[in-house]
Formats: sequence, structure tokens, C-alpha cells
Amino acid sequence: MKAFLYVAWKDLLMEFRTKQMLNSMVIFSLLVIVIFNYSFSNILFNIEMSDIAPGILWISFTFAGMLGLSRSFASEKEDGCLDALRLCPIDPSSIYLGKVISNLVIMFIIELIIVPLFIVLFNFTDIQGLLGLSVIILLGTIGFILVGTLFSALTVSMRTREILLPVILFPIIIPLIMSAVMATQNVLSTGELSAASAEVRMLIVYDVVFFIASQLVFEYVIED
Amino acid sequence: MIKIISTLISPTAGTVLIEGHDVKESPLEVRQLIGIISHETYLYQDLTARENLKFFGKMYGMPKDKLESRIHELTDQVGLKYRLDDRVGTFSRGMKQRLSIARAILHDPKILFLDEPYTGLDQHAAATFDRILSELDVSDKTQVMVSHDIERGLNLADRIIILYEGKIVYQAARSEIKDIEQFRETYEYYVHEV
Repeated sequence: MKAFLYVAWKDLLMEFRTKQMLNSMVIFSLLVIVIFNYSFSNILFNIEMSDIAPGILWISFTFAGMLGLSRSFASEKEDGCLDALRLCPIDPSSIYLGKVISNLVIMFIIELIIVPLFIVLFNFTDIQGLLGLSVIILLGTIGFILVGTLFSALTVSMRTREILLPVILFPIIIPLIMSAVMATQNVLSTGELSAASAEVRMLIVYDVVFFIASQLVFEYVIED
Repeated sequence: MIKIISTLISPTAGTVLIEGHDVKESPLEVRQLIGIISHETYLYQDLTARENLKFFGKMYGMPKDKLESRIHELTDQVGLKYRLDDRVGTFSRGMKQRLSIARAILHDPKILFLDEPYTGLDQHAAATFDRILSELDVSDKTQVMVSHDIERGLNLADRIIILYEGKIVYQAARSEIKDIEQFRETYEYYVHEV
């Protein structure tokens, strides 16, 4: 088994044991969905909920994801564990890849809980687009976690990391979130993934570019 | 210094060779040869002692059967065999330090770095740490300790180096130093008057 799988296994074992991130991420994203749903449906009567629902869905994903990402490397700083990882005779990119995998698994669990609630609350009766929606969520989440994990490592040694992480991460993920929101909108309104082909291409390119770039720079990002 | 020779920080000048491997050019080979005991435990609080050792053993590429027997052997030696399946977070400071010794020598490194290992330990825990280190079969390993505890350092060492502002200002074999008072004077001289 490769070193990155050991890192992912270790992270997931710790997370499923303590549920520190999972609990807060689930509760937070549920609250975002519910509050946005009731706020907009009461105040903005003349706006179609289906128009704003994709944005709300991705806001809940990214906000909840931010909670998890800020803890991803911070937990490694306790008791010098990040140094211990760096002292292992493995390629530094294995640490990054392991963290990406564990963060992705946690995000997918959150999304599996959130999406059904989102469909019910926003009254999406047509479930033909569910496969397309899954593809978009998969690609969008991968891109978000690839960049988020890198920036989580970048800010881990800073005293204000919890504040700094969203400030530097959100501008970088704007193209990703915009494409994901538009793709979600198109798929939910037409039921066809082909209706969002341009956005899907953008998501794939974003994922590939940041996967390669992150692998190349990660070693320098975690250097003292 | 330990951070540079253990590959955690790249040297900006000069060369460090460990068993012929340059720490800058071949960090992976160097990491396989070294083990570190620090004032930080390098252990995950939410994993059990066994899970911690298993994780680091796998990261060092140890085969499964050898890893299992090594975990049992080392935890027996550091007196933690009965707590193997307890979370490290429930351990006392001294127990964590003992487990961190087992973690550091798990992959049988040739060189052992001890980076301020007594920081945060009370007298009893520090004595236990010394006892375990002397009982463990680490005589075949080169040991490099960084410490501000002059007396303890002098008692343990074969060779003494005084570092000041990143430079070696004094070095001598232990046999060349008469007693602690002489060494304390030497230390004061170099550290304050250079």
C-alpha cells in the first residue's frame, strides 16, 4: 500500500473516532441550507427558488468544507506530528495526496447528507438530473479540496490561520464555484448533463491544473 | 541544528553528510537512517499506542510481520505493553515520552537524534527516560543530543560540542574534560565572551 493511503487511513480513523469535523460540518451545512431556504422564501417572493438554489447548495458545501480544511493540517501541528510526517522517508506529495483523499471522503459524506435535504427543501421533484448533479458535485468537490488542502498546509504555521484560510482560498476558487453553480443550475433545469458541458470542461481543467500544480509546490509549502 | 541534519530545514550554506548521503540531495535516504526523540512526542493523541506505532512503521516501509513483533518487543521494553490499545491522549507525559522513544527507534535507525528530550519532564520522568534509554539496545547507534542541561549532557556524552549563534565554538572528547565545574566555566566563556 502506498504512503498516501496510510496518511488517509490515519486521518479517517482519527476523524471517525472523534467526529470533531464531521459533526460541526454537518450541522453547519444543514443550518446554511435551512436558513437560506426560509430567508429567501419569505422575503424574496418574486424570485424563483430554483434560480438561487444551486448557489445556496455550493455556499453550504464550501462553508462547511472550510471548517474541515482549517483543521486538516492544524491537527498535525499538535505534538509536532507534521514534523514526524516530514521525517518519514516518503515523497512529500504523499502527505498532500493522503490529506486530499481523507478530506474528500469527509466532504462526500457531508454532501450525501446535504443533497437529499436540499432536494426536499427546494422542492426538486424531477430527479432525472441526479446523475448529472452527482458528476458536477464530484468534480467541484475535488477542485475545492485540491486547492483547499494546499492552502490549509500553507496557512498552518500562521497564528491567524482560521481567518486567513478563507480570505486567500475564496478568490482562488471563484472560477470553480461559478462553473459548479452554473452547471448545477443547467442540470437541475434541463435534467441533462450535456446542458452543462462547457462548465464541466472548465471543472475538469481546473481539477487537472491544480492537481499537478499542488503536487509540484507542496514540498515547499510545508517547509519550515 | 537538529532540524538541518534531520532534513527538516534545507541548509543555506555548507554540507551535511550522513553515511555518505547529502541531506539536501538525498533526504529520503537520510530519513531512513535517522530517528528523532524530541520534547514534542510526535504522536497522535487520538490514536492508540499500537495504531501510532503501526502507522509510523508502515510509513518507514516495515514489513507487516516484522512490524508486529517489533511493536511488542519495544512496548515491552518501555513498559507500555499493557497500554498498547489505549489512546495516547490518556497517557501521562512520561508515558508519552517513553512511547516516543519506541516510535523513534521502531525502524531501527543507525543514528538517533535527541532534541531537548528532557523539556517538560519532571525529575522522576527524566530519570525514567535516562533509564529506559540506557536499557534499550541503542549502543550500536550514533546518538546526538541537543540539550541545555549541562550536567546531564556531560554525563551522557562521549564527545561535547558547544554551539553559539549557529557556529561550533568548542568541541572536545569527554575524557578531555575534568569535571562539571571546568565544563561550566568553558561554556560560560564561549557562550558569553565570543
